[in-house]
Amino acid sequence: MNSLPPPITDWFNARGWSLHPHQTEMLARAGEPALLLVAPTGGGKTLAGFLPTLAELADAPRPGLHTLYISPLKALAADIRRNLTAPIAEMGLPIRVEDRTGDTTATQRKRQRADPPQILLTTPESLALLLSYEDAPRIFDGLQRVIVDEIHALAESKRGDQLMLGLGRLATLAPGLRRVGLSATVEDPPALARFMAHAPQPCAVLHADPGPDPDITMMQTTAPPPWSGGGGRYAIPDILDRVRAHQTTLIFHNTRAQAEIFFHDLWVQNTDDLPIGIHHGSLAREQRERVEAAMVAGQLRAIVCTGSLDLGIDWGNVDLVIQVGAPKNVKRLVQRIGRANHRYNAPSKAMLVPANRFEVVECIAALQAVQAHDLDGDPRGPGPLDVLCQHILATACAGPFDAGAFYAEITAAGPYAALPRADFDACLEFCATGGYALRAYDRWRRLMQRGDGLWQLRDPRTARMIRMNLGTIVDTEKLKVRMKGRGGTPLGEVEESFAASLSQGDTFLMGGQVVRFDGLRELTVEVTRDPGREPKLAVFDGTKFATSTQLSDRILAILNSGDWSALPPATQGWLALQAEVSVMPQRNRLLVESFPYEGREHLCIWGFAGRNAQQTLGLLATKRMEEQGLHPLGFVATDYATLIWGLDAVLDAAPLLDAAGLREGLEGWLAGNAVMKRSFRTTAQIAGLIERNLPGQRKSGRQATFSTDILYDTLRRHDPGHLMLRITAEEAMRGLVDFGRIEEMLARIGGRIDTRRLERIPPLAAPLFLEMGRVPVQGAGRERLLAEAAERLMAAAGLV
Amino acid sequence: MKTGFEFGLAGARLMARAAGTLWWAEPGLLCVSDLHLGKSERIARRGGTLLPPYETVDTLARLDAEIAALDPAVVICLGDSFDDLLSTELPEAEALWLARLMAGRRWIWIAGNHDPGPVGLGGAHLAECHEGPLTFRHIAVPGAGAGEVSGHYHPKARITAQGQLLSRPCFLIDRARAILPAFGTYTGGLATTDPALGALMGPEAVAVLTGRRAICLPMPRAASPASAPRRRPGSRG
Repeated sequence: MNSLPPPITDWFNARGWSLHPHQTEMLARAGEPALLLVAPTGGGKTLAGFLPTLAELADAPRPGLHTLYISPLKALAADIRRNLTAPIAEMGLPIRVEDRTGDTTATQRKRQRADPPQILLTTPESLALLLSYEDAPRIFDGLQRVIVDEIHALAESKRGDQLMLGLGRLATLAPGLRRVGLSATVEDPPALARFMAHAPQPCAVLHADPGPDPDITMMQTTAPPPWSGGGGRYAIPDILDRVRAHQTTLIFHNTRAQAEIFFHDLWVQNTDDLPIGIHHGSLAREQRERVEAAMVAGQLRAIVCTGSLDLGIDWGNVDLVIQVGAPKNVKRLVQRIGRANHRYNAPSKAMLVPANRFEVVECIAALQAVQAHDLDGDPRGPGPLDVLCQHILATACAGPFDAGAFYAEITAAGPYAALPRADFDACLEFCATGGYALRAYDRWRRLMQRGDGLWQLRDPRTARMIRMNLGTIVDTEKLKVRMKGRGGTPLGEVEESFAASLSQGDTFLMGGQVVRFDGLRELTVEVTRDPGREPKLAVFDGTKFATSTQLSDRILAILNSGDWSALPPATQGWLALQAEVSVMPQRNRLLVESFPYEGREHLCIWGFAGRNAQQTLGLLATKRMEEQGLHPLGFVATDYATLIWGLDAVLDAAPLLDAAGLREGLEGWLAGNAVMKRSFRTTAQIAGLIERNLPGQRKSGRQATFSTDILYDTLRRHDPGHLMLRITAEEAMRGLVDFGRIEEMLARIGGRIDTRRLERIPPLAAPLFLEMGRVPVQGAGRERLLAEAAERLMAAAGLV
Repeated sequence: MKTGFEFGLAGARLMARAAGTLWWAEPGLLCVSDLHLGKSERIARRGGTLLPPYETVDTLARLDAEIAALDPAVVICLGDSFDDLLSTELPEAEALWLARLMAGRRWIWIAGNHDPGPVGLGGAHLAECHEGPLTFRHIAVPGAGAGEVSGHYHPKARITAQGQLLSRPCFLIDRARAILPAFGTYTGGLATTDPALGALMGPEAVAVLTGRRAICLPMPRAASPASAPRRRPGSRG
């Protein structure tokens, strides 16, 4: 299809618009089975995706579903609906566009199933749900095209694996289905194309003109960055100046807690009352929608935000992006910068604000990488089996299936192309009987094989439960926060452990306000506004990316370059002090600093292996310390170092960190620790071992639920070969454990470990004391402290 | 190692053991509560998820260890020993294991809310029972006389030590009564801050945390409504 039908051509001509070359190419190649379009933000990607659909339906109008559009965000689907509906009406095309997300009403959903629109806009989760209905074959029968928007973002999580399995299902229901992926700039487009291809058909990659390089600089601030800490409070006057000088500014932070604190401080200094809002994933939906609406209406001069605005609605009037805190990943930085200036062929303008003196180095490293077009990223692993288990259960909800044909369909999906049949069979077995070595559940299986060999649900009523638990986004236990009183305004959510640590009268920040904790009511945290009080920090589970290998290497290179003239004087002085008091961490040696602080002994391991690997290092090292009676109490990991504290000093770290010992420790340790339990919790929920949502569930009185930790321990003790444990281990090794980067680090240092005993905190280690995400060591040291704490409490209460 | 916390109740010298059992040495009486045997199977049977079916074995193994350590003359199971009546039909190996534990001692099943009525196993089946100064029943009766031992609530204490939150099953003990933690492997818990437990337990109540060792502390309670700042009276409508 080379030319557009007259109604569309006329519409373009009337506006004096013409197509971008990549939009023309997308039209010309619309017949290909799969196309991946890589284009910068503002490049007219979405239109490029939809034009072939409009052209086909203008040429040959027809009822029934023609095109399915999938976006990672509900808000994006709604926005696209608005943006498509108007031109379609103006062109006079007989096309209905509707969205279907978690927010769509039940009546609307029912109607969509009975009478689908030509274009349906949805999310991966809603698609999985649609595919689980018995009438899925009828709904998708005539489907011609699928458009996956922001596919680079979906590919970063299990949502992408789930979606690709869903597309495989669609390809079976609608043979001849063509797919289109729309992606921001990524480091390895062919890998993304393999991810979205439907084997054995190919997926071609189209590149739009990347546009001019971004205009990105370090922000010059009046005050130097602080010695430690995050948040960029010191730069607020300078940031406000830039906000005043621009139309609309996005101020990105790496964590929600930092965004909150920054926003709070910003308002204190915002003497001209510039309209500035806050947006992050822990805020209530109502709050976020209000900010988004104000932004669309052009009422805001700036938004303090987190990764929750990495994707989403195009705001054409954003002309500056400020990144506060070091960008952990160059690719993400480039994509964030792209949020500014959505006009094609105009450079995006961005400024980096390091939160402290160490981050100055990280920011400079990132700047250099952006200028060198050196994008980073880790290759994607194979499709995870927990997602496959969920897909098997969901498919069984739709109707009986043949295992062989189903396996063939699954291996046509990119992420599962190399799935061994044995793994598929193990997943099927798990779904059917639980897959336990003890064959106790043969009587109570979930799936059964019929006489004709097809698999189906044993009890059709199970379908409801399975549908309620579809999806791969597993949140940590969170509690809603509301203003006190009937119908109190919802503010957002906090982690359950944070809520549990609150006592009446404690204050914390939520949505930029200081609120006081009044009490827990059912499962809601009730608060009242309490301005003028110093807030206790909210421990949100902000996204924490691991700094990429490329960026870490650049940072080490800068530290050891000997020439710090590119750095501000304050940072130069700090690094010089580190060199004087201790030494600089190096790429081919491992620096370990040992020092006392506030009555505890500390050990700081400078591995530069990324947050997850440093976390694993912390777990392995504390385990060995525990064995050696060194009473470790806990540790915290950053992208560069692991800080361990305990009751006894470590004078030689080498025995804790020898490669063979670490590998051996990993084997034993992989079994029972907090990280594994966290991975297990996610895996077990996705695979359908535990239900997140129960029909009519009400937690009251004695709780019926028990912790997944108990399930994990029980499985480990009684069925160590179980599939869930295997998936958990694989998951953890890949994600949270990241042992690969430990191996990489060990190879790099080649046994050269320097332990330095110091009298006080060395300069580089200081910021580590402010890190969140501390992991306790459940060992003898902790039992000792717990007993001491209990005695003090008993004595204080006069109960001894 | 403190394997237990000793206390007196209505004149009886008792020990709340770290393993979650109550031991009365003088008559050689061991008491456990809320075993919930057969829970995973009940959930599977009712079309729920297929939880690892090992909780019965796990619970029995821990009970076996307590019996081996103490050699009690009497064992009282304080109710909800089975997750429902169908669960009393244990697989053969587990039924035999239980029979072996029961052999040679008095065994009393107290009826709970999950397992009312007679069960097909040996031992005595009672709604409640009296031994010396103590009364054993499943659910605590508000205002009961001194010496009541019960279960049902699965109490769980949360405390913060060194900035870390710990949550453990616990005993609740005051002058008049003791409430036992659930002994079953797949059992959740009710925080001691719950009003139901706050109303039952006297102001002097302690919580004895189970785990590696028994740790005693004042019962963690919800801040009392009386001490809450009263602002905007009537704002609740």
